[in-house]
Amino acid sequence: MELIVCIKRVPQTAEAEVKIDDSGKDIVKDRLTFDMNEADSYALEEAILLKEKFGGAITAVSLGTAEAEDTLRIALAKGADNAIRIKAEEFGELDGYKTAMIIKEAIKDLKFDAIFTGCMATDDSYYQVGPVLAETLGVPHATLVSKIELTDKKVHVNRELEGGLIEHLEMSLPAVFAVQTGINEPRYASLIAIRRAAAKEIKVLGKDDIASEPKLNSTLEELFVPPVGKRAEFLTGTADEVSARTAEIIKEKGLI
Amino acid sequence: MADILALVEHRQGTIRDITYELLTYGRKLTEKTGGKLTGVVLGHNTDRYTETLKKHAHRLVVVDHEVFKDFNAETYQVALVDIIKKENPFLTLIGNTAFGIDLCPALATKLDIPFTTDCIGVEIADTRVKLTRQLYDGKMDAHVRLSDSSSYMLTLRSGTCAAEEGSLAAEIQKIDAPVTNQPDYKKFIEYIEAAVGDVDITKADVLVGVGRGIKEQANLAMIEEFAKAMGGVVACSRPIVDANWLPKDRQVGSSGKTVKPKLYIAVGISGAFQHIAGMKSADTIIAINKDPNAPIFNEADYGIVDDLFKVVPALKNKIMEMKQ
Ligand SMILES: Cc1cc2nc3c(=O)[nH]c(=O)nc-3n(C[C@H](O)[C@H](O)[C@H](O)COP(=O)(O)OP(=O)(O)OC[C@H]3O[C@@H](n4cnc5c(N)ncnc54)[C@H](O)[C@@H]3O)c2cc1C
Ligand SMILES: Nc1ncnc2c1ncn2[C@@H]1O[C@H](COP(=O)(O)O)[C@@H](O)[C@H]1O
Repeated sequence: MELIVCIKRVPQTAEAEVKIDDSGKDIVKDRLTFDMNEADSYALEEAILLKEKFGGAITAVSLGTAEAEDTLRIALAKGADNAIRIKAEEFGELDGYKTAMIIKEAIKDLKFDAIFTGCMATDDSYYQVGPVLAETLGVPHATLVSKIELTDKKVHVNRELEGGLIEHLEMSLPAVFAVQTGINEPRYASLIAIRRAAAKEIKVLGKDDIASEPKLNSTLEELFVPPVGKRAEFLTGTADEVSARTAEIIKEKGLI
Repeated sequence: MADILALVEHRQGTIRDITYELLTYGRKLTEKTGGKLTGVVLGHNTDRYTETLKKHAHRLVVVDHEVFKDFNAETYQVALVDIIKKENPFLTLIGNTAFGIDLCPALATKLDIPFTTDCIGVEIADTRVKLTRQLYDGKMDAHVRLSDSSSYMLTLRSGTCAAEEGSLAAEIQKIDAPVTNQPDYKKFIEYIEAAVGDVDITKADVLVGVGRGIKEQANLAMIEEFAKAMGGVVACSRPIVDANWLPKDRQVGSSGKTVKPKLYIAVGISGAFQHIAGMKSADTIIAINKDPNAPIFNEADYGIVDDLFKVVPALKNKIMEMKQ
């Protein structure tokens, strides 16, 4: 099977202080750590599991700056066979649509049975790249995929809906799967594999390799700190003091 | 005169709440634009839907056929491409739900109209559309402008607008189904209900919700003990289930359970909107998180900014003391 996995390198912001930079349109990134987008490690693992079962090769693709090559090397170490970086620095502002259109141009000569993406990237939360890629390639897609089972000719696909309800679909290949977290257990790359991946070649494509620059659907005008909602009453002091106060509050509410 | 189209979402024979939120939001937008709000119903035996929907829109465009009984982005797309081309609405609203996420990006791409997803605010000025979206784990908001066009599409996050009763009397227009079979390459087969576990977190008065801040599976024992001391039950955020540390029936949030306990203590949970959606109706919410900017503090009644590994054992001891 020929498999393609789309991988984005994203800043890890869940536990970090996030600040707006001077342009007002981006965040200050120099003190943030970056990693493979969470859902993409599940997408990659799903491709590796299919390759282990049915044979074939995996191409990992990332539209990113030079640092994205580090993330692609992790993918190579885990089980991808080839890697392509598309130089994000040559394309100016991006949105989900433009990203998908650029990725399409970069892979249009590759044969594929399935393309895997994450269901969303945690930096821009677009949920767009997988289904737009499918539409422009003229193949079916499924998003929020929580299970993929390949039989002779058909693929049985589960999508995760609200409340934990599952939608079971029957699809055929080629197709694009936008994978939800939790679908499998992403493996770790071994140190030997990481060392070996460091020597592998990553194909780098730029604007000249893309027929024409796709349009943007949306333009970011400004970032701002979300207006604070009903803010919590903060309890301060030592862990002991705070706990005593919290226990009292719980007691006042009649819960102990 | 900017007309607005809103897509009706239903599942297993019931109209989903997001539909009324979309219709309320759409109605408010048309009050400003002077256009008409049209609800689009793709379904089977749709009279049961249109009866309740009539109040909420100026018009309802209805396609009634068995093929639309259950959602399939492929068949829905065929019908919606026809309808949108014919109606040429200024804006099409779709819910940012499992349904809308599967549908909107491909549909808008097919129609070649500007779109974006997961919006939490919409402003219309002349022929332009400005949106508010959330980025970076909910720590930043952004104003985004859609490229100039005569027709736009977006998905709206649930909870953006509270549903209100309508007082309209929609004119109903039925049209023939442009597609009558699901394509071989993508067929809806069935719904599979979530498995039922041994503990029902929706019934507990006190829930201790644990998140990725717990770091390791082994540390869950500390949370179990804490919950036990409180006479409560352990629930969790999605990453804990993704890692197989707790079963799916303990997950709180949009893709897990909606809970309304008397007390919800969020431990090491950042407060992603998908999590908030499942617990915001708790009577009292206490959050323990070392990050003072964690969005959870916008929902909580009481906040403790500290290391959970210090606070949880201390709080457990205080509770034990108090119970004696
Ligand atoms: C379609 C879809 C559906 C989803 N459905 C759900 C859902 O139903 N439920 C759900 O929960 N999520 C859901 N998610 C995932 C959601 O977007 C978030 O990724 C998730 O809620 C984050 O979980 P978390 O808060 O535990 O982890 P993180 O966001 O990683 O937060 C961890 C928190 O722990 C804090 N912390 C770390 N160490 C300590 C310490 N020592 N002491 C105190 N605090 C500490 C950090 O400051 C941080 O705030 C869904 C996502 C998608 C795309
Ligand atoms: N710059 C990128 N390079 C490679 N893949 C991407 C990129 N942006 C998004 N993707 C893929 O598309 C998925 C959904 O992203 P998004 O639509 O931006 O939320 C991600 O999980 C990735 O698999």
